[in-house]
Amino acid sequence: MQETGNILFSGVGGQGILLASEITVYALLSAGYDAKKSEVHGMAQRGGSVTAQLRYGKKVYSPLIEPGCADIQMAFEMMEAVRYLPFLHKGSKVIVNTQKILPPSVATGLAEYPKDVLRHLTERDIVVVPVDAFDIAREVGEIKTANVVMVGALSTFLPIDPAIYEEVIRTRVPERFRDVNLQAFAAGRKVSQ
Amino acid sequence: MTIINENTLWMSGNEAIALGVYEAGVKVASGYPGTPSTEIMENLSKYPGVYTEWAPNEKVGLEVAIGASFAGARALATMKHVGVNVAADPLFTASYTGVCGGLVLVTADDPEMHSSQNEQDNRNYAFAAKLPMLEPSDPSEAKEMVKLAFDLSEDLDSPVMLRITTRVAHVKGVVSKGEMNTSHPACGINKIPGKLVMLPAIARKRRVVVEERMAKCRELAETADYNRIEEGDTKRGFITAGVSYLYVKEAFPQAAVLKLGMCWPLPEKKIRQFAAMVDELYIVEELDPFLETHIKAMGIACHGKDCIPNQGELNTAIVRQGITPGSGPELFAPVELPNRPPNMCAGCPHRGIFFNLSRMKVFVSGDIGCYTLGFLPPLSAMDSCVCMGASVPIAHGMAKALGEDGYNQVVSVIGDSTFIHSGITGLINTVYNNSASTLIILDNRITAMTGQQQNPATGYNIRGEAASSIDLAALCRAVGVKHVYKVNPHDVVETRKVLKEAVELKEPSVVISEAPCVLLPEMKERKPVSYFTNQENCVGCMSCIRLGCPAISWTPFAEGEAEQRGYRKNQKGISKIDEILCNDCGQCASLCKFNAITRGEGK
Repeated sequence: MQETGNILFSGVGGQGILLASEITVYALLSAGYDAKKSEVHGMAQRGGSVTAQLRYGKKVYSPLIEPGCADIQMAFEMMEAVRYLPFLHKGSKVIVNTQKILPPSVATGLAEYPKDVLRHLTERDIVVVPVDAFDIAREVGEIKTANVVMVGALSTFLPIDPAIYEEVIRTRVPERFRDVNLQAFAAGRKVSQ
Repeated sequence: MTIINENTLWMSGNEAIALGVYEAGVKVASGYPGTPSTEIMENLSKYPGVYTEWAPNEKVGLEVAIGASFAGARALATMKHVGVNVAADPLFTASYTGVCGGLVLVTADDPEMHSSQNEQDNRNYAFAAKLPMLEPSDPSEAKEMVKLAFDLSEDLDSPVMLRITTRVAHVKGVVSKGEMNTSHPACGINKIPGKLVMLPAIARKRRVVVEERMAKCRELAETADYNRIEEGDTKRGFITAGVSYLYVKEAFPQAAVLKLGMCWPLPEKKIRQFAAMVDELYIVEELDPFLETHIKAMGIACHGKDCIPNQGELNTAIVRQGITPGSGPELFAPVELPNRPPNMCAGCPHRGIFFNLSRMKVFVSGDIGCYTLGFLPPLSAMDSCVCMGASVPIAHGMAKALGEDGYNQVVSVIGDSTFIHSGITGLINTVYNNSASTLIILDNRITAMTGQQQNPATGYNIRGEAASSIDLAALCRAVGVKHVYKVNPHDVVETRKVLKEAVELKEPSVVISEAPCVLLPEMKERKPVSYFTNQENCVGCMSCIRLGCPAISWTPFAEGEAEQRGYRKNQKGISKIDEILCNDCGQCASLCKFNAITRGEGK
């Protein structure tokens, strides 16, 4: 079993990043890992920039990832893929949903959404895996599965048998959404393989 | 809570505490919502056999728990760190009466102020109120410790405090189910005035008992296994507690550690024994030098706040680099990006009020809730915010200081739940001592910021059952306010007229803004009709943009684009409504004078 893995989730309050991090945790726990996850509730959730930090391994003490030590970041919005750069290191992998959500200063015309924002990552030898999660979810037939597409894209970087994920989805998702979520997971895996 | 398998539950610290409280056989629990404590009571309310409630404020919550304890039940009160300030009055004297059934107060502190106005260290309360305090490091320990807290409370005849922080409350981890405690005596009336009536003659006797009890607790602390020495490299030894213990274990896994599960009172003999074992002693704790001060007072040399910051949260990197400077990896510098602060939701009723206030020449005395976000640009319509309920007396004090000219210069703004928490007494003072400030009550039918908790004005209790509901307008009239108005904040123009009239009065006035929070389940279930922009009519006046609604965005024109697209030559851009984000409040439409914003036919 590998020492400790650190996954940073980032996005905008209300995007459902907590749900995606939960599915990943269930798979890790089912595969026999210990895990801790840190979230912040309250004021930050009202449309602000949000993160969840997930650490797994044989035995996890700290619930927080050290700066410079996130092996994988899963970002649900492009600018939020870059905001937490000090947590990353050369060779970190960033799976990013290629969605733009305009922050208030941009929406009110006071600032511009940065152009080609992901170059800040590639320029620093960080591996970027862009995922058009909404488009893929739409193709699968249910736009609400975008989160599961992202979980699928993340899964190829984790030491977990995909069968464990599939079992998690089968047991956690209501029956009528089961097949479409399994397809979304498989489609997400294909993007990052 | 998620069941992974029979022995493995995945849950947050707050969910774990709720489970521990249930397993401890608690009968009555009361509290006031406050991040990061809220989910304890919410989760506890789902267990059978435990009475739970939201109280109007933390003082009432603790007093309810004290009453239940006096009747022989195990009882719990929960609150955030600043809530203990409100509950401090009963807390300090419950320390003298002691308990009948076990009584535990959970204080949820918020180092780093993720969702708070200060980061006070509530370990100081244990010292000041002379109470035992336990401090878990993670969810699994939180569950075990809250059960232990009830046993301790009964063994020592003392309320016991359990202190958690955000990184225990909102961290998820693996927890195991435990045995139910069913061995409590039956509840009943037990008249023991020599213990429960705190008039001076009796309080002086109980004061002696407090010292005897704390001496007994100190002895227990010496041998209890929650205060444990973990052997290791003795070159550097660490004394630590709570979540700081986890950072020490990550940063210095080989080192000897004295982990204190009870952070007050301290086991002096064990601390001396540990200090003698190690070459250099470090105290690692978040916020105040609480352990350090008391350990130094024992005459023990140690490092503490000379290495570890006394502000904000700790983490593994801060602990490692504080003790061995220059040991961290080289980090990427952050890239400058447009900020993404939290914002009021699309369709939030508060926006209509703050938009108007931003256009009136008044000082806005604010309060604690979602509406504190009215401070942020583009509205920038809050000028002070101190603590729960303070908006009303602060406005009154300012009006008095300003004298005769003060009547139309100060407005206070408070939410429904915060008004009931501690705004009512301020309003009584405003009326009784006759100042002319205007109070705006933002009645959105819920305690919103902490995640939709019921309160005495919503008509439902914590379990969602129908309950009595305060008539806020009648209440204001009853305390003597002659001018009580009601407005629909989504009608921005009409609201402005009412606000102006109220502010100009030379007597106390109240404006009640009535519109439900858009996050209420019934508001989410209704299918909101979206507004949309008739872009051909948009003249780029930016009236709607100035609302700061997340559903409305500005598209600037490139050079020559305005003319090319048939707009006035000098028009700078047009606004657009995101129909997916729009929540059908209509505030923007009520502001648009060019028929450029229209309500749709349905989604």
